Formats: sequence, structure tokens, C-alpha cells
Amino acid sequence: MSTDLTELSAVRLAAMVRAGEASAEAVARAHFARLERLEPTVKAFLLVTKDLALAQARAVDEKRRKGGTLGALAGVPVAIKDNLQVEGVETTCASKILKGHVAAYDATAVARLKAADAVLVGKTNLDEFAMGSSTENSAFQKTTNPWDPARVPGGSSGGSAAAVAARMVPLALGSDTGGSIRQPAAFCGVVGLKPTYGRVSRYGLVAFASSLDQVGPFSRTVADAALALSVIGGRDPMDATSARREPPPAALPVPKDLKGLRVGLPREYFIAGIDPEVEAATRAAVEVLRGLGATVKDVSLPHTKYAVSTYYILAPSEASANLARFDGVRYGASDRSAKTLEESYELTRGGGFGPEVKRRIMLGTYALSSGYYDAYYAKAQRVRTLMAGDFKEAFSEVDLIACPTTPTPPFRFGEKTEDPVAMYLSDVFTIPSNLAGNASLSIPCGRTAGGLPLGLQLISDVFCEAKLLSAASAFEAARPFPVFKE
Amino acid sequence: MSVSDSDVRRIAKLARLRLSDEEVARFGGQLGKILDAMAELGGLDTKNVPPTESVLGTANAPREDEPRPFAGRERLLENAPDRDGPYFKVRKVIE
Repeated sequence: MSTDLTELSAVRLAAMVRAGEASAEAVARAHFARLERLEPTVKAFLLVTKDLALAQARAVDEKRRKGGTLGALAGVPVAIKDNLQVEGVETTCASKILKGHVAAYDATAVARLKAADAVLVGKTNLDEFAMGSSTENSAFQKTTNPWDPARVPGGSSGGSAAAVAARMVPLALGSDTGGSIRQPAAFCGVVGLKPTYGRVSRYGLVAFASSLDQVGPFSRTVADAALALSVIGGRDPMDATSARREPPPAALPVPKDLKGLRVGLPREYFIAGIDPEVEAATRAAVEVLRGLGATVKDVSLPHTKYAVSTYYILAPSEASANLARFDGVRYGASDRSAKTLEESYELTRGGGFGPEVKRRIMLGTYALSSGYYDAYYAKAQRVRTLMAGDFKEAFSEVDLIACPTTPTPPFRFGEKTEDPVAMYLSDVFTIPSNLAGNASLSIPCGRTAGGLPLGLQLISDVFCEAKLLSAASAFEAARPFPVFKE
Repeated sequence: MSVSDSDVRRIAKLARLRLSDEEVARFGGQLGKILDAMAELGGLDTKNVPPTESVLGTANAPREDEPRPFAGRERLLENAPDRDGPYFKVRKVIE
């Protein structure tokens, strides 16, 4: 019986392609066959670039035939969130205002994937400009959760999470500003890594909130996340905030046990209102860590309850400035009926942005406007310092923090769209890592009685991804998660 | 609280967003609700807390300003809704 290539990890596929056990073209075709079968239900992609992908795959096979050395992701199909630039391919950010906009250059993370001989299969759906927690804010389509099509895949990187969960690709890139990788990873039952701020270049990522945005991978195994990070991470002269540090190595050994690892449980995260099945799964996961030899103790992150407010002042403020560039002059939609330049800005933006993007631009403009700046933006920047201090203090006592990724299991379409504050609260456990710049990941840790995936979030101090990934890989070995079958 | 229609219109003007009357009414209520939730920050004493300027505490990273050719120039221009050769065309701003 032949192996189903779509069940294999990126690590395994790259090894097979390098060894000549499978051609990159065969790997790509197997994934496209599955994608084409499931996509009508999942709707993960805004654009599938099959011809381009097959050409890339054939080029990888040709390189091997000629005796060339293949890269770390040789022939691995990868999906890219549609807020990252892929040269010659449309970047829309799931917004009408960018419909038809073709990227003139590659994002650095994308260029590094290409240099590692990955095969790019297409652009995935997201909440418009990455603003949302369910991917329902896409101007173009609703992505469904592969485990239950009546439910959202999470967001904003919902398309990337769903594509990996449904085994259309083994690997995808997303971006995480307040949880946009980890929350959909939890909802879709896959691994999602938000690296330390500065670990991965943001060049070519359409900016949402520049002090919070970070690019990271989705995968079905921890080893694949480590491999992807080793490829996309590291200093980039095109992003002055990228850190002058080498990313951790591609292959991290899976520790036999976690003896000596100190794990902290933040008291403030086990709050009233957390879903009982989420809490039970998290506590069971912590017992697995304890069973592996980790010591577990309570820690306190006292300013946690201010995280959502702080974030929803800072992120919209930065967004209101970043999104000022969408003015109908250089790219995208442009309203032709306007008489004056100012009117053309207002009509283009009023008609081109969807409701959530407008709401956040308004909120950010308000928070930055004269008379309100000190009460909102300046205040939130000070509270941000307090929150980073909470983590510093906690990481003086423990190596990692363990907590739920999300307060609830995946919710139904329309459940939270009418109430922005309720939607914002679904990011309560993921936002703090963006505010403090920490690395964190979500790893599947169980399912609800109804079969919906649940995620465990592990958080490390800045630039401690090696420790984070290695603990996660021990957890994964002890508590494997079922692969999505249909 | 609710943000008044005139405040919503003032903010929309600053943000260069043309809103419908229905949007003005809806955003007034929603922004009010969001700002109410955020008022909790006011209760925290932050007098002696410096604002976060960079999560990594990194300083400025100056480099030589050296021009380099950009291969995608024509592709950038092709995205323009309106162009005149190598220029982006905009509506007249000076009488």
C-alpha cells in the first residue's frame, strides 16, 4: 500500500524529496488532489497558485537531478496568509481595498521559504487586515473549521490553520498580533507558533500594529514548527526591528523527560467564565507535563485583566496610522466619482474597508486624537510596561508558563459578530504575549465531548523558543493528537 | 456612554473615512461600549511607570543610507489606479 503523502510531516516530506523517495511534483500533486476535494467546504484559500507551485516543484526535482543540494524544505507545500507578499501574486489582506493588488516583491519570510526549496501553493483567507478572531471579517469568504463546518476556524489566520488541519498542506505561514496564529491553531487542532517579537522579519508583511505583529508557522508537529522557524527566522536588514540573533536549530532533540523544567500556572488565567472543558483539558495537560518530570507551581500575572483593554487601545492606534497608506493613489481600489483629492481618500476608504477595520481605525484615531491621547494611548503604553514586568517576574521563578490558548472551544458562525467586546475577549489569553514580546505556542491538548479541538498555550521568555519547542515536543510525544481524517 | 454623532463625524474626518448615517449611529454606540470597557485602565496608578517604547529595549539601529536598484518598479506602477508614465496621478490639489 502506498503512503498518503498528505499525512506526512514537513520534516519527513523534505527528507523523502532529498533522498529521491518522492518527487516534489508528486508531493505537490497529492496535496492539490486533497485541496481540490476539501476546499469547496473548507474555503481556506483566497487564491490557489497551482501552476506556479507545480513549476516550483519541477524546478526542485530538476535541481536534484542535476546533483544540486536541496534546501531544508525541499518540495514541502506551504500556504501563505494573504497579508504576506509573494512576488507576482495578488495580496489582498481579504479586503476590497486591495483587490487586484499584485505584490512587487517577496516578504522576507516568503523569500526564505523559496530559498529553502519550499513549494508555495496559494494565499489563505484571513480577517480583513488580520483584524478579527474568527476569519468572519474577510470581505470575500467564510472559512470553516475542518472539524465542524458549522464553526469558525478562529482568526485572524483562519485559512492557514484550516488548510494545515485539513491536510491540504503540512505547513503554512500566519501572522500574530494578538493571538492570530495561536487562537486559530487551537480551534483547528494544529500547532501554531508566535515567535519572539523581532525573531522573524516583518518585511513584506502588511503592517497592522507594528510593535505587536510577528510572522510564524502553522504545522501538525512541533518538529515542523522548529524547522519552519529555523528557515524564516533571523536578522534581516530590511526590518530594523529584526533581532541580531540566530534562530534555534532546525532539528531539536525530543527530550525523554522534562526533569528540571519549572512550569508556572498563572492564577489569573483560571478565571470564572472559562469554559469547563477548556479548563479540564488544560489541567490534564499540566498533569502530563508533571508526569514527564516538570515541577509545577502557581505564578501571578497580576495585570492580566487589563490586557484586552490595553491591546484594543494600542493595536487600533497603530493600525489607524498604518492603514493611512490605503488611499487609492498607489494601489488597490480607488473611487472615481470624487472631485477633490480629500474626497477621493474618504470615498475610497469609506467604501473599501469593511466594518471591523473601520471600527478599529475610528477607535485608534479617537485614542490618538488631541485631548484623548494621554487618557488612552499614553496610559496603555504605561500599562504595557506593567504587563511586561509581570512576565519578567514570573520568568525569574519558572521556565515556561502553561495556560489555555482560548477561553472557549471553537464557536459558531455569527455567535460573536454582533458584539465587538465579546469577540475581543476571545483573545484574552493570547494578547499578553504580544504586549510583552514573548514567544508562545499553541499545541493541541484534547477535544471536547463533541470532538472539537482544544489548545494548550505554552509561553516562554523572549528568545527562548528552543526551550519552548523542546518542552512542546515532549508533550506531543506523551499526548499525540489525532490527525484529521476527512 | 455613547460617542456623539458629531464626535463620530469629527473622528471619521480625521481618519479620512466617509461614513453613512447608519454607520455613524452604529459606531457611536459601539465605540462608546468599547471605551467604557477600557475605562478600567484609569483606575491603575501608572505615575511612576515609563511607557513601553520597544518590547526588546532595542536602541535605534542606524545604517548607511545607500540607494539600491529595485527590480519591481514597473510592477509597483502597474498597481496604480491611475498613472502617467512613471508617475502616480492624483486629483489636482493646488488651484
